[in-house]
Amino acid sequence: MIAMSLSRGHVELLQFVRDRTAVVFTFFFPALLLLLFGTIFGSESTDSGVAVSRIFTASMIAYGILNTAFVTMGSGLAMDREDGTLKRLRGTPMPATAYLIGKGLLVFALSLAEVAFLILMGVLVFDMPLPPAGHWVTFAWIFVLSVVACSLLGIAVSGLVKNARNAGAILNVPVVALQFVSGVFIHPMSQLPDWLEKVASIFPVRWMAQGFRYVFLPDEAKVTEIGGAWNLGTVAVVLGVWCVIGLVLCLVTFRWSGRDK
Amino acid sequence: MGGDAAAVEVRDVVVRYGETTAVDGVSLSLPRGRVLALLGHNGAGKTSLLQICEGFRRPDDGRARVLGLDPVGDHDELMPRLGIMLQSGGVYPWATAGEILRLFASFAAHPLDTDMLLDRLGLRRFERTRFRRLSGGEQQRLSLAVALVGRPELVFLDEPTAGMDTEARHTTWQLIEELRADGVSVLLTTHLLDEAERLADDVVIMRSGTVAATGTPAELTSAAAIDVLEVRADPGLDLTGLRAGRTVAEPTPGQYTISGSLDTAGLAEVLAWFATAGADVTAINTRRRTLEDVYLSLTATPTPVGATK
Repeated sequence: MIAMSLSRGHVELLQFVRDRTAVVFTFFFPALLLLLFGTIFGSESTDSGVAVSRIFTASMIAYGILNTAFVTMGSGLAMDREDGTLKRLRGTPMPATAYLIGKGLLVFALSLAEVAFLILMGVLVFDMPLPPAGHWVTFAWIFVLSVVACSLLGIAVSGLVKNARNAGAILNVPVVALQFVSGVFIHPMSQLPDWLEKVASIFPVRWMAQGFRYVFLPDEAKVTEIGGAWNLGTVAVVLGVWCVIGLVLCLVTFRWSGRDK
Repeated sequence: MGGDAAAVEVRDVVVRYGETTAVDGVSLSLPRGRVLALLGHNGAGKTSLLQICEGFRRPDDGRARVLGLDPVGDHDELMPRLGIMLQSGGVYPWATAGEILRLFASFAAHPLDTDMLLDRLGLRRFERTRFRRLSGGEQQRLSLAVALVGRPELVFLDEPTAGMDTEARHTTWQLIEELRADGVSVLLTTHLLDEAERLADDVVIMRSGTVAATGTPAELTSAAAIDVLEVRADPGLDLTGLRAGRTVAEPTPGQYTISGSLDTAGLAEVLAWFATAGADVTAINTRRRTLEDVYLSLTATPTPVGATK
């Protein structure tokens, strides 16, 4: 079982790295956005005196994970389902879990690389200092919960995609919409209408971004958060709940092949 | 469990895709250690029937048992014992032939040696070639290797030699014959008659989702014993006396073709007639019906509109 999952993960990773278009799109797109936003608004400072570019860097890590976990997982699965990869694997002794763990390994490796890349850009381009050692522990659990929740939701949503070629576009709709309302592109969130703020708080992106800001920004930056606090407890609860919701949705909606095949 | 059960047992299976019926009440049986060929045009329902046996979907009616088990319900128990070769798709295009084969080998409890398989199927020099760079026939051979790597008891081969060149086709045939010799049961689909004739113990000819004929290749072809007798003799003989119960023609001068009741007595009668007519017979030739004749006569009739998928 572990061997099967590992060999699946190995092939997934080789597969991804050799497909240069995929690498460029999933990998460099968040970095490009960070570079643009950071450069355009970089010199400004917020009320708390923290440079906007640093806030972007921290928030963009949430976007990076959404991109590598939610979008890559969702479209990858839709593709595998449409081109018969899932079907072919279904015709072997390999259990579904080994398939999903294989994909999961890919997503973890990609997310880790993506986040490292974004942090590196923050440090090199926008002079973002690395956080104190204790913050890395927080980073680790927020990262893991975020990747797991986004991957599971990606798998669940992939079941709704009828045509794999549209998968990227479909999956990006919630991603882009949530960036705007979750304090990633527009920060602080207090600029949003009250109701929108409440709606956005249901979804995981707000909490991912908030968590990463805690990790990478000085403590005084918390005044720009809703309620003026980091609320790490709520971050953990919301992300944990989304992991469970994602898992249930996966179990209910998972299909091995396209609808009429 | 199911040790004595047939490799495949299909009873009155129906497969529908929306409005169209792809398989319409097919029954067939594949005993252990034999090779059964499903023969038919594209769209005759061969692949759909195979999908039922492979457990990729449930029949809309009827039932299928594979090695005595339910292909859908007993999926996990069945898969380690099956080898499945799909027609196309589902292979990571950016992975190399070697990587793909080793990946599928990693799923099996006691896989075959992947190097040996690569050698046997002539894929050794493509070991480091990415799947998308392989030709159709090479991809097909890899797909066959993937189906065999887990030492299956029963293999499903969907058009195994499609797109292969003559040499690869013969290698594949040899491999299938070896499988059979090792006691592996084989269910394959094909529209190549020579393939069916050479490999199959039993042939099922499908037409518009139904079974048009079934039997061993010999049974299917020998139903009419000798079909045509060709005789070379003096040209321009008066054939009236020979016509009783037979069809006789002289398509080219001196070349007579006779068909009709051509059992031993019938043959003696025909030759005696030539002797009586004082004709000098210089050559005789008998032709039996080939599987192709049988196949064409069964499948060439126009199919009712809407009956096929």
